Amino acid sequence: MAAFCRDCLADAHEEARCPACFSPRLVRHPELDKLTLAHVDCDAFYAAIEKRDDPSLADKPVIVGGGRRGVVTTACYLARTFGVRSAMPVFEARRLCPHATIVRPDFDKYMRASRQVRALMLELTPQMEPLSIDEAFIDLSGTERLHGMTPAKVLARFAARVEQSVGITVSIGLSCNKFLAKIASDLDKPRGFAVLCATEAKSFLAPRPVTLIYGVGKVTQGKLARDGYRLIADLQDADERELARRYGEEGLRLARLSRGIDTRAVNPERNRKSVSAETTFERDLSSFRPLERQLWSLTEEVSDRLKHDGLSGATVTLKLKTADFRILTRARSLEDPTQLAGKIFAAGRDLLAREINGTRYRLIGIGVSALNEASAADPADLIDHGAERRAAAERAVDRVRGKFGQKSMNKGLALEDDGDGDR
Amino acid sequence: MKVTVERAELLKSLSHMHRVVERRNTIPILANVLVRAEKSALHLKATDLDLEVIETVAAEVSPGGATTVPAHMFYEIVRKLPEGSQVVLEASGDRAVLSIRAGRSRFTLQTLPESDFPDLAAGDMTHKFKLPAADLKRLIDKTQFAISTEETRYYLNGIYLHTAGTGKSARLRAVATDGHRLAQFELALPSGAASMPGVIIPRKTVGEVQRLIEDSEAEIEIQLSQAKIRFNVGDVVLTSKLIDGTFPDYARVIPTGNDKELTVTKKDFEAAVDRVSTVSSERGRAVKLSLTGGRLVLSVTNPDSGSATEELEVEYGSDPIDIGFNSRYLLDIAAQLDGEVALLKLADPGSPTLIQDKESNGALYVLMPMRV
Repeated sequence: MAAFCRDCLADAHEEARCPACFSPRLVRHPELDKLTLAHVDCDAFYAAIEKRDDPSLADKPVIVGGGRRGVVTTACYLARTFGVRSAMPVFEARRLCPHATIVRPDFDKYMRASRQVRALMLELTPQMEPLSIDEAFIDLSGTERLHGMTPAKVLARFAARVEQSVGITVSIGLSCNKFLAKIASDLDKPRGFAVLCATEAKSFLAPRPVTLIYGVGKVTQGKLARDGYRLIADLQDADERELARRYGEEGLRLARLSRGIDTRAVNPERNRKSVSAETTFERDLSSFRPLERQLWSLTEEVSDRLKHDGLSGATVTLKLKTADFRILTRARSLEDPTQLAGKIFAAGRDLLAREINGTRYRLIGIGVSALNEASAADPADLIDHGAERRAAAERAVDRVRGKFGQKSMNKGLALEDDGDGDR
Repeated sequence: MKVTVERAELLKSLSHMHRVVERRNTIPILANVLVRAEKSALHLKATDLDLEVIETVAAEVSPGGATTVPAHMFYEIVRKLPEGSQVVLEASGDRAVLSIRAGRSRFTLQTLPESDFPDLAAGDMTHKFKLPAADLKRLIDKTQFAISTEETRYYLNGIYLHTAGTGKSARLRAVATDGHRLAQFELALPSGAASMPGVIIPRKTVGEVQRLIEDSEAEIEIQLSQAKIRFNVGDVVLTSKLIDGTFPDYARVIPTGNDKELTVTKKDFEAAVDRVSTVSSERGRAVKLSLTGGRLVLSVTNPDSGSATEELEVEYGSDPIDIGFNSRYLLDIAAQLDGEVALLKLADPGSPTLIQDKESNGALYVLMPMRV
């Protein structure tokens, strides 16, 4: 069975440790030399960067989070042993792990590290598709002669390079398609290297819950469970036509993925197309004011993310879901890309006003698409002299919040009493 | 109702109708065109509730009558009928269909009652004046490109037509702006237009009028009130609602103190901007103008693809300046300049620039610079 040492790249056979450097970090798999598609995932990315920059935190539990919504963005592996998880409220994380150091996120810093990691990947092949700030797919097929070694070794060497030059660790999942590679990268975290090939996929997937399949969230899981599909094995055993009949296109996708079949190619051009946020209400809403209030806080969230990521967008889309689960979307194009909450809100609010007709809504969302760079956003306006003042005011609020926290300053609308429900 | 009409005449008229009718309609009758036959004429009418076109076509009628049929389908049918044919339209009272015959082709279209067809109650027009088609065409051409498409500022979605000045220097002036550029064109005030209210003509109406007068050399009669405007173009009467809003005080946008004057051969300037902008991306279209002495350097840098520069000899005697503009906007404006020499009046890289023909012809343009 093919095997090599992840530290010195020397070939190995059945040994428990590397015959050359005696490292225990061997990777062994029958298909090791043949697989080319990998998912690269940074381990506890934000927390790892904070530990890198403050070595005194190295052996302490670190939680990156706080800010407006007061949730955990990333918890280091040490903090995770106390039960801290991302998206958990910070106060709860504090209760579970009182001695953790809580660090406010510094997205600019994480973006810089992310770019460094991506640059290292691009040295290997242009076939790299970023999925988010801390993960990417990379397809090394056809690069064996160029690199003079198998894709598996190129990846092991890449992981070591990230450790040396960026100062964080990554986990690698090597497989034959995106779906399996993404699952694999999670198997041996942190600092892992896991291999999953097509032949073992079916038996590997069978005992796992359907939620392992991306796009299967709580709602779909519930729907599948009602129809008797709890484990991936249930989907594997099901007739493909039956799944197609019940769930349409989505059923065919589930049938294929449950068997480990995924034909999507790594696409470096796939960029983010929109930035959006939505929320489901505790009680359905039908009147303008409470909906407007929800819209404002979502708009601020979208605007924050645009500003963080150096983006702007020229199309604003309002999404509403009615009490009977119909989805309405209404879009408006702006003259210029914007990243300002004020402008996005003005368009969204206008679109919302037209949909107030007694219909009860259970969800509202707002998104910005037709994305552009921040530099193209919000040019000076000939007619609207107030525009520049309002933009400056919003940026000033951003700076205050950057310094004193998200809650330090708020629009009057956001403070209004929670007279939410329409009875 | 029975009507016989030349296919070519009917087609021309229907081509005006079907453009007014929106492709998607929630109110079924708005997808229809009204067909009314009386005496020796066929009257057609289409509306989208904001804009209404009525046209009269010579026809043999006996007996008269009226009905409505789907506009787009009617247009497509007539378009596909053989050239030079006579079209016979026939409707009988008892069935809700209109039959269309030409040569050996025969169609029936379902109808909706003409009594349901909405009327754009025009009310009284308070002012009436005439403009040669060529003048109206210039007025539209010179300003239309600057109309805003952003719905949030609906009051910019049209051309602001109003009077400026008094007595002998009184002018009929058209202004349009989208916040980035502003276009203004004026001509001598026609008699009858004095004291007219300032009105904002919606962009769709502007486009339709432009098409109607394309080949016309006649005098166009314009009637208007606070709420509506009407254009009489030959056999066609176009009536439109006006945008109910206040056009911003644009005068304060037009710079008066810009003292850096650049004079350039328009053709060379336009071609150079066009050439260097080839390398600009869809996203950023900035072209940088660097002026020193009698030299203008145009440059574009696109981090994704490359860069371009071009040098032009110009007349420029002020302090050196670097200023950026959206190349598309520059080209839009250049395309509307008639003379051989263009004059740009600049202040600083962050303030609006004035652009016009050296020999002023009633048009002026204001362009907001971009960060470069």
